[in-house]
Amino acid sequence: MKARFLIPLGVFLGLVVLLGVGLTLDPRDVPSVLIDKKASEFSLPDLFDSGKRVDSATMKGQVWLVNVWGTWCPECWREHDFLLYLAKQEKVPIIGIDWRDEDAEAINFLREKGNPFLAVGIDPESKAVMDLGVYGAPETFLIDKQGVIRKKHKGAMTPQVWREEFKPLIEKLEKS
Amino acid sequence: MRPLGWLLLLLFPVLLMARVEVYQFDDPAKEARYKRLIEELRCLVCQNQNLADSNAELAEDMRRITYEMIVRGETDEQVITFMVERYGEFVLYRPPFQRSTLMLWFGPFIILGITVLILLLFIRRRAAERAESLTAADHERARKLLDDQQT
Repeated sequence: MKARFLIPLGVFLGLVVLLGVGLTLDPRDVPSVLIDKKASEFSLPDLFDSGKRVDSATMKGQVWLVNVWGTWCPECWREHDFLLYLAKQEKVPIIGIDWRDEDAEAINFLREKGNPFLAVGIDPESKAVMDLGVYGAPETFLIDKQGVIRKKHKGAMTPQVWREEFKPLIEKLEKS
Repeated sequence: MRPLGWLLLLLFPVLLMARVEVYQFDDPAKEARYKRLIEELRCLVCQNQNLADSNAELAEDMRRITYEMIVRGETDEQVITFMVERYGEFVLYRPPFQRSTLMLWFGPFIILGITVLILLLFIRRRAAERAESLTAADHERARKLLDDQQT
């Protein structure tokens, strides 16, 4: 019975472990239900030319990325250089969806910093964005040749995420 | 002039309130359904608020979709399915009863059960100790001590 006074210490340590694990989890990282589901088609007005449309159907047969972004979102600024690298060096086809943004500002942003996107659609009614289950920007989706969403990354795309999660998967999908 | 200035200042918060959009319904039943749905759906940006309470832009979009679907004559289930298909079950404020949520539903009762069990054990042991420790001699001593104090 001597060890009785150790019980509160044990409870305390248990709590420390529990809360410690809790700190490493991100409650905002809600798993997407759309993985391995067919991405719903979108056809959006082109940011640069409102007469043209950006159509997901034109990407059929390719492994490509959708990147939802906006000039208002700091993380989008942070990932921009890496997206440029992906587009220019790794030749990854990326379609951008400019979300809740001022068109003029978005155009300026891309002119000044470079444009990693094959095409950029605008989504004033958030329709395409909601169909993708997006709830923050940036979000990046990997879509395969059949138009199925294979992966989703929330937050800025980083070299590490790219290397560990996207690249191996893309190589596999390209072969299939 | 000054009272008028104060009055205007007092009215200032009203301007901010006006930001929440108002939807017109032709049918009060539809309006009631809309209100109930936005109470039960979660905004994913501010996760501890429902659509009715949140003024995040995402919540605004989700309210608009809910409104449009109801006006179009779709059922509550269709609205809920639409949201769950896109945002997952997390979007439901009231979690469904299924395998992944068993702990959520039963966890509190399990903890309550364990606590009551520990409490009962504790009370039992206490009772046993007390019964043992007070012998006739102890009673005699106690009475003596009390008598001493009275005199």
